[in-house]
Amino acid sequence: MTTTQTTPIVPAFGDVDTDRKLAIICSKGNLDMAYPGLVLANAALGEGVETHLFFTFWGFDMINKKTMGDLKFTMLGNTATHMPQGLGGLPGMTAMATHQMKKSIAEIGVPEVPEFLQQIVDSGGHLWACRMSADMQHLEQDDLYDEVEGIISASDFIEITAGAQLLFI
Amino acid sequence: MPTTTIDGHTIGVNAEGFMTDPSEWSEPLAESLAAQIGIELTDEHWKAIGFLRDDFAKQGETPTLRRISVMGGIPTKSLFQLFPQKPAKKLAYIAGLPKPHGCV
Repeated sequence: MTTTQTTPIVPAFGDVDTDRKLAIICSKGNLDMAYPGLVLANAALGEGVETHLFFTFWGFDMINKKTMGDLKFTMLGNTATHMPQGLGGLPGMTAMATHQMKKSIAEIGVPEVPEFLQQIVDSGGHLWACRMSADMQHLEQDDLYDEVEGIISASDFIEITAGAQLLFI
Repeated sequence: MPTTTIDGHTIGVNAEGFMTDPSEWSEPLAESLAAQIGIELTDEHWKAIGFLRDDFAKQGETPTLRRISVMGGIPTKSLFQLFPQKPAKKLAYIAGLPKPHGCV
């Protein structure tokens, strides 16, 4: 049925809950496990949600200048490829699987990890590095992606993200 | 689908208020839509709106922020300044297009 309203129907953009915060803990350094956090952070920022990412343990590979552009995907231990696990151990298999996944990601217009992090920062997102991981790997701020705001303790991150919804990846 | 009247323009909209027929859109209407959500259009806004309209006409879907920055040449930072908080949806609304479906 067609109805005509006297008050215009306008999307409720003004009702943005400005208090909403999202904290994402990125603890994995595999190519396939880097993306969920990046995609969700990007989506949250696009909805006006204050977003903080904390990189810890293997997740450090996502912000370490030496590794961030070279994350890998392996079939080993990943039954979701539905291939015989023995295949994954053959020489060159990880490189091939990585190449294939990068190609699929690029084909749908999604950027590589360093560029994706830049997009997140440009959208107002905050990147934090874990103090314990930095100490374990003997890394300093200079070794990390330039947009990382600081190397902070777990307690500091918990404090910064008070009241946030949290995702652990 | 309901219709709604904004500044004398009667348009078809969905339940949320997004226009359902891109051909009902016009530049004066865009000014009115923008005013409804507290945005006054400048040349920079128009550049983004123009890209959205063109891209939708060619691709048949509303571009995501990523696409607007890469293909439309408008930096992500500017999009967040021009259309605060929810740039992709606000821009789609003003351009008389559906919300983007893409994730990135």
